[in-house]
Amino acid sequence: MTTIIYVELQKIFRKWRTYIGFIAIGVLAPIVQIALYYEGSGYVNHVTRGLQDSFFMSGNLFNGYLIGYIILQALYIHIPFLIVLVGGDLLAGEATSGTYRMLLTRPVSRFTLVTGKFLAGAIYVFLLLAFLFLVSVVGSLLIFGTGELITIKGKLIIFAADDVLWRFLSAYGFAFISMTTILAVSFFFSSMVENAIGPIMGTMALIIILLILSVIPIDALHEARKFYFTSYMGGWNGFFTDPLEFTDILRDAGVLLLHIFGLYGLTTYIFIKKDILS
Amino acid sequence: MDSEKIIEVRSLTKKFKNLTAVNNLDLNVYKGDVFGFLGPNGAGKSTTIRMLLSLIKPNYGDIRIFGKPLIQYRKDILRRIGAIVEKPDFYLYLSAYRNLEILARISGADTSKKKIMEMLELVGLAKRYNSKVKTFSHGMKQRLGIAQALLHDPELIILDEPTTGLDPQGMKEIRDLIRHLSIEKGKTVFLSSHILREVEIIATRMIIINKGTTLVEGTVEELLKSDTMQVTVSVDDTEKAKSIIDLTGWQNNLKHIEKNDLLFELPTKEVADLNKHLVTNDIKVNSLVPVRSLEDFFLKITEGVSK
Repeated sequence: MTTIIYVELQKIFRKWRTYIGFIAIGVLAPIVQIALYYEGSGYVNHVTRGLQDSFFMSGNLFNGYLIGYIILQALYIHIPFLIVLVGGDLLAGEATSGTYRMLLTRPVSRFTLVTGKFLAGAIYVFLLLAFLFLVSVVGSLLIFGTGELITIKGKLIIFAADDVLWRFLSAYGFAFISMTTILAVSFFFSSMVENAIGPIMGTMALIIILLILSVIPIDALHEARKFYFTSYMGGWNGFFTDPLEFTDILRDAGVLLLHIFGLYGLTTYIFIKKDILS
Repeated sequence: MDSEKIIEVRSLTKKFKNLTAVNNLDLNVYKGDVFGFLGPNGAGKSTTIRMLLSLIKPNYGDIRIFGKPLIQYRKDILRRIGAIVEKPDFYLYLSAYRNLEILARISGADTSKKKIMEMLELVGLAKRYNSKVKTFSHGMKQRLGIAQALLHDPELIILDEPTTGLDPQGMKEIRDLIRHLSIEKGKTVFLSSHILREVEIIATRMIIINKGTTLVEGTVEELLKSDTMQVTVSVDDTEKAKSIIDLTGWQNNLKHIEKNDLLFELPTKEVADLNKHLVTNDIKVNSLVPVRSLEDFFLKITEGVSK
């Protein structure tokens, strides 16, 4: 298994498209950081303007944690589109290039191969999120320093500086589950076709459709939200609430994990049964 | 045949919806064979090869390789097989070296630089080891395909059209390599090719299939040796020779006359008698050339079925 994962990572990281995600994050995060460096205090004033008449605000509220939080909020919805570029290519890419024939005539089981590919994809997801954490949180802390984190989710919450880092790490842990779900969806589509464009576009279209349906203010559609996996992907926000919405977080993570294992299982079944005609 | 069976296929059948690609196919490949696998386009050759390599699952039938059932011992069997299936496709964004390294790693073979360079040297690509495969011509990819098939020193080599896209020199090199692998290394080679001359030259045994079914199977020598043959008889006086032949039962065997050549189709055992008869009647026979080839045989066999 480790051999397959090693080989698959080599293939993933020697493709140009793999770096699109890293480049996008590497460009966008610094742009947001630079913009906030000059305009950020205005943002804090805007958020706290209702309180400034009644309370005396002290300490460094405009800090690296806030910037990291803003960047995560802004990019979170777009990261899935970077994941599908790799996930959609994992199986269909082999069919397109005709390399299935060489790969599957080697002494390796189809189960090992499909599992190795999926795990390599999950490692890519982890590295992409780790890079996002490094650039947006660590980078922002280095530029703007540490301090309390101020968030608004229905109500304004200020977290003590020593109470924030674990929340970020947990939120990124949850984000890993969310993004692995996206990987599993694109991987599943990838097993059914012989061209990577289909699963990439298909997964993107599915995410967009579900997101649009989620926000249309019609009761019937609103009720159906609980059946959309996208509805559970924002569960990481629960780590920035007080008190912690632990039950909701666990429910959301559980639903996403069920999707991951279900889709991985289906993909494996399809792949093992598949006749290689490409 | 006492030799060890390397491939044993029984009643192999594969259907794609309404199309029966392979129909009740039987074949045997013995240790040390260079086994020619022939058939017209759409005969079921590639489907059969894919089933031998477990890329496609048969609907019915039994495949045993190295004496073991393929389904149960897939990994063990594939460890001992090297193959090119149709055109060799590689990861175009990787170098020739990296492609081989990846495939060697998956095969559990030696991934040392020495071994991989040795393979690239064998197929004449050592100087381009670091070039991305997307810069390779079809012929170069074909050579790299041979290299990847031999990477893990397999006992059975399955080659599907291995000389496609190669120039005459390249084709000869591959033929020589196949001979070398068979005679000096003791490998068994399963060779599918549409170049009949190639099979005729290097194969020891062969099978011709059409519409997914076996037409003939045997040694090349046996199959090409049959009761009738075509022979071109070159004589000094065509007119006189014809008048002599017209007085015999061979007049119906004379198919064509061109300059000093008379083309006969007649029972093999009568060729010597024909020669003797002409010489006895003062006809100078300069040469007697059999024109039977695998191509004629192939066409005769497959056309017979088509009709």
